[in-house]
Amino acid sequence: MEELLLNTQNVTKFYGSDDATVHALAGVNLSVRRGEFVAIMGPSGSGKSTLMNILGCLDRPTSGAYVLDGEDVSELSRAQLADVRNRKIGFIFQSFNLLPRLSALKNVMMPMLYYRQDADERPRVDEREERATRALEDVGLGDRLHHRPNQLSGGQQQRVAIARALVNQPPLILADEPTGNLDSHASEEVMTLIGGLHRKGVTILMVTHDPTIAAHAERVVCLRDGLIVADGPGGGGNCVEREGRR
Amino acid sequence: MTFYETLGVAWEGLALNKARSLLTTLGVIIGVASVIVMLGVSAGAEAAIAERINSLGADLIIVGPMRGVPGAARTLVYDDALAIAENVRGINGVSAEQFTTQDVSGGGTLLEAISVLGVTPDFPAVRDYRLLTGRFFTAEENDRKTKVAVLGYGISQDLFGAEDPFGQQVTIGSTRFTVVGVMQPKGVIADVDYDGRVYIPLSVVFQKFSSTMVGADRVRTIYVKAESREVMDSVIAQITALLVERHDVEVSQPDFSVQTQQDIIATQEATTEAFRDLLAWVAGVSLLVGGIGIMNIMLVSVTERTREIGLRQALGARPWDVQLQFLLEAVILSLVGGLAGAVGGIAGVYLFGSLGTMRTELVPASIPLAFGAAAIVGVFFGYYPATQAARLDPIEALRRE
Ligand SMILES: Nc1ncnc2c1ncn2[C@@H]1O[C@H](COP(=O)(O)OP(=O)(O)OP(=O)(O)O)[C@@H](O)[C@H]1O
Ligand SMILES: [Mg+2]
Repeated sequence: MEELLLNTQNVTKFYGSDDATVHALAGVNLSVRRGEFVAIMGPSGSGKSTLMNILGCLDRPTSGAYVLDGEDVSELSRAQLADVRNRKIGFIFQSFNLLPRLSALKNVMMPMLYYRQDADERPRVDEREERATRALEDVGLGDRLHHRPNQLSGGQQQRVAIARALVNQPPLILADEPTGNLDSHASEEVMTLIGGLHRKGVTILMVTHDPTIAAHAERVVCLRDGLIVADGPGGGGNCVEREGRR
Repeated sequence: MTFYETLGVAWEGLALNKARSLLTTLGVIIGVASVIVMLGVSAGAEAAIAERINSLGADLIIVGPMRGVPGAARTLVYDDALAIAENVRGINGVSAEQFTTQDVSGGGTLLEAISVLGVTPDFPAVRDYRLLTGRFFTAEENDRKTKVAVLGYGISQDLFGAEDPFGQQVTIGSTRFTVVGVMQPKGVIADVDYDGRVYIPLSVVFQKFSSTMVGADRVRTIYVKAESREVMDSVIAQITALLVERHDVEVSQPDFSVQTQQDIIATQEATTEAFRDLLAWVAGVSLLVGGIGIMNIMLVSVTERTREIGLRQALGARPWDVQLQFLLEAVILSLVGGLAGAVGGIAGVYLFGSLGTMRTELVPASIPLAFGAAAIVGVFFGYYPATQAARLDPIEALRRE
């Protein structure tokens, strides 16, 4: 297994055309090794979400190359990108994005629905509930399997979402402001969980505005105006410093 | 993702909005029900027509005045009937008929405005009527203008009850008649009450009831019974030639018509067909409206669930998975409507039948046909919303509130 999980070369993303063009990403070169826990910081509008969408195969770059897990994904079709998301990426959203009418268990089972029919690792139907149950137990919600999202606290909902992100055992977890909608107590709970995943060897990319949250990561990448302006170990201090100097 | 998995997801999606989903299918329900009722009604009408052919005889030729020609109603005379009987080969009998409406009393009861038919003695043989009791009047009685009457079964019941009226007196208009027989009950066929009539010699009608304006020997219809179905064409040709000569008219513009049961039935079938066409329109329009309703509700559903669609895409749903999910939702909707419509349609067929005015027969094949129509409506009108859902951009969709 090679060392690099993902690598972007000169990735750009432009919105609009002519005079109104927005350079959301202006040429990003980013490499992430397997098992790394990277925080992405930067002022609002600096392109963090845009980068996460491209890394998450939800969007394609305007130019540049993106290699994920040894596969060049910048030229794939929509259907192929969907397969890549299903197998290789777990998403954690700021607003949880659980389906309100489904139980926690059903929500966590959802990614297993969308395996390709011919995939070897496709779990058998009777295994799915078991796997989802285990994922929920791993995030400490073994006693909330049949609760609906509106019967759970915000922190619990985000933990369900983490279980859902993990259930297909993807090599990469992408979290765009995972604690943005949580109070400090729930944030700590969620960060403890994410830290635990990191220790188990899962690769994590996380966007945050909060330096104390970023402190959980081992590396902080700082974006400004669509460019990486700082990239270094721990703390996030350098990024905040730069923001402060603006 | 397998087809069944998608089906499960689609079902869950519908269960979310049960009441709304059900309302949406109303058009499909009505459409499917009217398909089944339509076919049931026309099958019943066809059966009734077949029965009528059998009851009247396929070898009967009906000579009447040409409709729509001024003055033609007065052109057919008794001598025409006699000439046909004498000159036309291949026939078994001729019965001329004229009718009048008169009050009839007897046994202490008065019946107002009864159809009184003046006929010739061949009438029972030609029209295939049978007597219940007594006898029909004879050629001699007709020639002598004897005042004898044969009662329809219903008239006999009304005037004399269970009693045999043979030999009793009845007054028709102001003339007294002696009852010599009662017809077997025939019932009501195609709105004609065959039991509510009285039969008297044609000559008596000429003598007592014909208006001088119309002419004393005018007849309304001449029935001719052919020897067999094979000679029908020849008989019709002979009658036509004979009457053209007697009436001194052009063949192309006759003042009379020569018809068979087949011709009359053909016009009736055209009427039934018109009714069936009308129902087909109702069915078609309801299915169209139902389909548009389904399309509308599916578009609303796609809008409401944009975020869900975005999430499913993020979790690995391919465009086709999303498309199939919403397509199946539309098809399930229309099939549920189809099921309700089939139940309603079957009930409708029996309900219409039991009202007594219309005959209906459930056509088994109409049920799968109606279901097929519903499924096609679902696929056709579900396609566009499903395609819209599949085209959504996951990022946009996830950002939607
Ligand atoms: N769909 C879009 N159309 C046009 N411009 C867009 C679109 N998405 C993002 N942008 C622009 O691209 C730039 C980067 O946006 P992005 O959402 O990546 O910022 P961000 O770093 O995530 O900000 P925040 O911290 O507020 O979430 C912004 O200027 C934004 O206005
Ligand atoms: Mg953002």
